[in-house]
Amino acid sequence: MTRFVAGRLGRLVFVLLLVTFATTWFLDLTPSSPAIAIAGPDAQPEILEAINEQYGFNDPLVTRYGRWINDVTHGDLGRSYLTRQPVTESLVARLPVTIELTLLATVLALVLSVPAAMITAYRSGSRIDRGTDVFTSIVLCMPSFLTALLLIYVFAIKLHWFPIQGWVPISRSLTDNLRGAFLPALTVAMTEIVAFQRVLRADLIQTLQQDYIAMARSKGISTSRIMVRHALRPSSLSLITLGGISVARLLAGTIVVEIVFTLPGVGRLLVNAVLNKDLIMVQGLVLFIAGVYLVVNLLVDILYAAVDPRVRVR
Amino acid sequence: MMSRDLNSTAGATAPIAMDDAIAAPAGSARSARRRSNIPVAIAALWLLLLIVTSAFAAWLPLTDPADDTGHTHLTPFTSWSEPLGTDQLGRSQLSRVVYGARISLAAGVLSAAIAFVVGMAIGLVAGYRRGLFDDLVGLITDALLSFPGLVVLLALAATMGPSLRVVVVGLSIVSLPTFIRLSRANTLRVSTTDFVTAARATGASTPRILSREVLPNIVGPVSTYGVVIVAVLIVAESSLSYLGLGVRPPTPTWGVMISEGQSQLAAHPWSVAVPGLALFSTVYSLNMIGEWLRRRDGLSNRI
Repeated sequence: MTRFVAGRLGRLVFVLLLVTFATTWFLDLTPSSPAIAIAGPDAQPEILEAINEQYGFNDPLVTRYGRWINDVTHGDLGRSYLTRQPVTESLVARLPVTIELTLLATVLALVLSVPAAMITAYRSGSRIDRGTDVFTSIVLCMPSFLTALLLIYVFAIKLHWFPIQGWVPISRSLTDNLRGAFLPALTVAMTEIVAFQRVLRADLIQTLQQDYIAMARSKGISTSRIMVRHALRPSSLSLITLGGISVARLLAGTIVVEIVFTLPGVGRLLVNAVLNKDLIMVQGLVLFIAGVYLVVNLLVDILYAAVDPRVRVR
Repeated sequence: MMSRDLNSTAGATAPIAMDDAIAAPAGSARSARRRSNIPVAIAALWLLLLIVTSAFAAWLPLTDPADDTGHTHLTPFTSWSEPLGTDQLGRSQLSRVVYGARISLAAGVLSAAIAFVVGMAIGLVAGYRRGLFDDLVGLITDALLSFPGLVVLLALAATMGPSLRVVVVGLSIVSLPTFIRLSRANTLRVSTTDFVTAARATGASTPRILSREVLPNIVGPVSTYGVVIVAVLIVAESSLSYLGLGVRPPTPTWGVMISEGQSQLAAHPWSVAVPGLALFSTVYSLNMIGEWLRRRDGLSNRI
């Protein structure tokens, strides 16, 4: 087990190095130099040269990368080229929104998908099951920005149940905060709901064919009790795995949703940095998102290996 | 090993797409039920219409997608000359949807084709020769798969600047590992068959075995999956355009149209709904055809 974890950890570090090095390397291929991005297209050559000197853009690729990595290991992601604000500071300031969105989406996904899976599995093949199947295939074909706009149109513009956009910090008002966060969280949760429902439904259908379910039924235990106590528990193992994966996926999923709803989260910070060619910010955020994503994936793998020893062989 | 593989794939391809395990509903009850082929035919017709109109867009009696027709925000189905209405600048929605289809299809099909060819070649050699090369390929595909695809695309757009070429390159890179894995897995399966052993026994060279014996047997299964990948890539392209990181305006793309129409969603929902429906129908059709192909393959295998 220790060897398995060590191997996966080594791979994680390798991927992070590969990805951040590739980002630095792309810099060299950039049509316009980072100095122009900082000083503007009309800047004098002397100014550009001074900037190149100050930021060390003239150094060879490996030197620049080494310097950046060295700073990273000291917890310093550098300062934004545009605002001069430390990257870590901007990141920490934007993090709560993204975390709240991710958590709310996970809760929504579980709350909506588990009952849906139980009903469709119990009545598999029925009209409700087939209807759900059509609905979930439609959701799977909707790009998240389209889902977001549809939800905004129906629930915010037509029904006025939720504000169209705008983020109220929790510290100011919890209810306003939740009202503003609901539609974005639902958008992010949408694909997860479908994923959970499909996997859990398939699992439940298999579990319901087991003998002990028939036994429980013959003892006269009520359907709802059988579903929750006897069927859901053994079927929820794959859901746990899927849940771990989806936390990582949600993080990436919030990027687009934060743009549609103009939420001040990490995703919007990244997209704005990309649009403004604030490359050091991009690099820091890529490292952060990739890091979280990989660590969560690693934890899921370890959990998986702990539960199922066959996985460790490889 | 199998479960671990599935597990890490599921986490990885996900950010820009749903993974295959989820996209294809499980459960024998579903596949056992006879399905009508009419929806598949409609899906194929829609795609055909899209391909033909976007290929011959220049010869069709369409308004130029950049021209102002003089009427802004015309509602669809209220005018003979502009059946899909006009946008906030008075440009023809029909024409913009048709020209937008060009970008979507080009980006989706082209990047899938590049990834298909390159991934197939790598997967073929890795799966047949095994050894160090296979290990190396495995390490790199794992690395690429364990990373959010959208972030790769964003980083590319940041450094190379947004353009169709960058989008195609980015989408090829993101979908490459999936094709490598698919063709490698299929190669492993085919390599153990009797006819490959027989070819080897008769002294056929490795390139000959790969191209004559293995390749023809893996093209089918892998390209079936390719249809679904095209759908995923079209979604990714439109998301990038929507974010302003793909093909830039004034070139009409569905993502750009949606993002431009969004500010006036309340007053003029049609300027979002028209490109949105085009995008949705295309993705839905591709998925439906992909599922149909796989179902057909599954049946033919069983017989």
